[in-house]
Amino acid sequence: MKKYFKLLLASVLLLCSGCHGKRTTSSFAMPASFDTSKNYEVTFWAKNDTNKNQTAVYQKAINDFEALYPNIKVNIRLYTDYGKIYNDVITNISTNTTPDVCITYPDHIATYLSGSDTVVPLDTLMDDEKYGLGGSDVKYDSIKKDEIIPEYLEECMLNGQYYALPFMRSSEVVYINADYVHQLGYEIPDVLTWDYIFEVSEAATKKNVDGTYALNGQNVMIPFIYKSTDNMMIQMLKQKGAGYADENGNIEIFNDDTKEILGEIAGHVETGAFSTFKISSYPANFLNAGQCVFAIDSTAGSTWMGTDAPLSDIAEENKVDFKTEVRIVPQYDVNDPKMISQGPSICVFNKDDPNQVVASWLFAQYLLSDDVQIGYSETEGYVPVTSKARNTESYQSYLSSEGKDHDEHYSVKIEATKLLLDNVAHTFTTPVFNGSASLRDAAGQMIEDVAKGIRRHKKVDDAFIEDEFEKVKSLYRLDSISKTTSVDTPLPMESKLLLGSLVFAWICIIVVIFLRKRNKREI
Amino acid sequence: MNKILSTVLSAAVIASMAGCSTPAASKTSSTGEGKTSVVAEDGTKSEGVMTYAEYVDAAVDSEVTVETYVQAKQGWWEDKGVGKATLYTQDQEGAYFLYDVEMSEEDYNKLTEGTKIKAVGYKSEWSSEVEITDATFEIEEGNYIAEPVDLTDMLANEDELIKHQNEKFSVKGLTVSASKDADGKDVAYLYNYDGSGTQGDDLYFNVDLDGNTYTFTVESYLCGKDTDVYKAVENLKVGDTIDCDGYLYWYNGVNPHITNITVK
Repeated sequence: MKKYFKLLLASVLLLCSGCHGKRTTSSFAMPASFDTSKNYEVTFWAKNDTNKNQTAVYQKAINDFEALYPNIKVNIRLYTDYGKIYNDVITNISTNTTPDVCITYPDHIATYLSGSDTVVPLDTLMDDEKYGLGGSDVKYDSIKKDEIIPEYLEECMLNGQYYALPFMRSSEVVYINADYVHQLGYEIPDVLTWDYIFEVSEAATKKNVDGTYALNGQNVMIPFIYKSTDNMMIQMLKQKGAGYADENGNIEIFNDDTKEILGEIAGHVETGAFSTFKISSYPANFLNAGQCVFAIDSTAGSTWMGTDAPLSDIAEENKVDFKTEVRIVPQYDVNDPKMISQGPSICVFNKDDPNQVVASWLFAQYLLSDDVQIGYSETEGYVPVTSKARNTESYQSYLSSEGKDHDEHYSVKIEATKLLLDNVAHTFTTPVFNGSASLRDAAGQMIEDVAKGIRRHKKVDDAFIEDEFEKVKSLYRLDSISKTTSVDTPLPMESKLLLGSLVFAWICIIVVIFLRKRNKREI
Repeated sequence: MNKILSTVLSAAVIASMAGCSTPAASKTSSTGEGKTSVVAEDGTKSEGVMTYAEYVDAAVDSEVTVETYVQAKQGWWEDKGVGKATLYTQDQEGAYFLYDVEMSEEDYNKLTEGTKIKAVGYKSEWSSEVEITDATFEIEEGNYIAEPVDLTDMLANEDELIKHQNEKFSVKGLTVSASKDADGKDVAYLYNYDGSGTQGDDLYFNVDLDGNTYTFTVESYLCGKDTDVYKAVENLKVGDTIDCDGYLYWYNGVNPHITNITVK
């Protein structure tokens, strides 16, 4: 009888281990070996910055990979917007038609995980001796786990499991028209403060009698323009040590520091010192036309910034000559700088055939090989995510050729890249949970709404900001965000059926034992 | 019979709203200077509604109320649970570009070419494109389909051209000139401005007229890859002579959104 109780106890423990709802690797089982006799088609949804050099890197990577694995065909679908990829993945989860490999953000993965067995946890794949990172049977020089920059790999961990590999990393920097700053009588410090950038921007709003701006003699001048107001709010809060959200998904953004930040921004919108991309346009367009002093944008937008930028959306005749300086984003405390880490990661979607997942994984992993890492990072102000690629002679030579030309070695791009490489220790990411993508949107929305409010002559006071808090809470459903990460979602139906059948089997066993005992006594 | 009739009517409605083929015949007549008059609508505005001239004079960021007529629409989409659509609209005096108007999918489907609407929003300017943002709208009784204004003689004169911003227009006798693709080869069109895209993305192509080169766009949200104009551009050859219809969109300068092409 004791034996039965031990078995029962073991089963109960087994049941309990599944009861907290975690979907671990049970849905994907690593096959003993990769079946190379079969052909596979891997669908890869990739993002590029409307940059033909990036699409060329993707295509070369696919060609090289297919040459190594003739049984794996990679079909790429290109996007120019992370949000569109996110929306399409969400749509395709419901129809079970997700891609195999996808460029994405951890915030987005947290939402994908609310589907059933959607994204493959990569731990088992990464550690596999044959096909894992540095695996013996991988047909290329596979990157080893400890060759991935630890901070970046850590960003891909959700609830103790890796759900992505980092692909590229970037951050934001300030692109400065140094000539204008000097004309206004200021020097450019190594690290800008928020007070400094707003003070200089205010000085740049001075007008001539005829209504043109004193600084540029033009009718247009937006001294300070920010591309991503999501990042602006997030970084300002982080630097202040103020609340945003915790690891468990508790929303903390609706606080006095946020009110103070919004109030300060409102003041500078009112004077015309500050605007945003959503309200005005791309910062690069104003910077290059001599209509802006400080443009904050991604390092991955550096090829658009400055007089000699290789990419431009404005006519040559509208460009002005100026010296471009690059700095990390403004700080509240210059001795403890904090800047956001951003950039795409790679996730692998689960499929019925585990060999299909391995084929996808082999391609995902290939995107971390030196050629792809160096090739893609050099297209913009990205940095490779592996120390191996960073330490190659080729990459070091690229960095040391800053300013050699206005194309591959464009000085502003390489300067932005170096700033990022020098400041990895000062980068941070925000907590990832199901709904964190919405919170990020809400953070930026509040700045946009305050700026619009001022421009539209509304009274932006405490009451306005309180209303704004309520508005974004409702719009982004921040009140209903799960307080736990998405991997704690309800069990899938198959698991429920399995558990139910186990319980039923044990009830039958107990009944049989009971009946047999009773029969024995009766005999 | 009813089935056939409804199918034909549905097809007609869909074709007219695609905005990407030859514009449907309308009850309009030219009044010189490229402006058009309409038989069905006299252009009188309701109380509290701006005239086009008042709209032009209104300051950027001020609230505006306009009555206008849908000429074409970009696809409906949902942003954080809120339905939105972008509309190319025009009255008898000029055009109003309505960006990301809040609307349900049901309302979006009610909008057909010529539908009269009243919109309340804010006059905004984004990269020189004047538009109405954060707008709400209601459908009103009335219908007007603008005839394209011929801008062939004005194409090189941006100061004059901008007065027709967002209007339905036509240009004639253009010669397709080469663009450089991602590999540096001469091609008649590009997916994305630099050739970095694939089928389904915006199409860009260059045209020459009187020694000047202009870049035209087939905006994929307005005219997707299955539309006649998208396919027509994919079949263009350098040296082709074409006539184009479209909307005079602006992005740091004139950036026409083409909806119809006739190869000569």
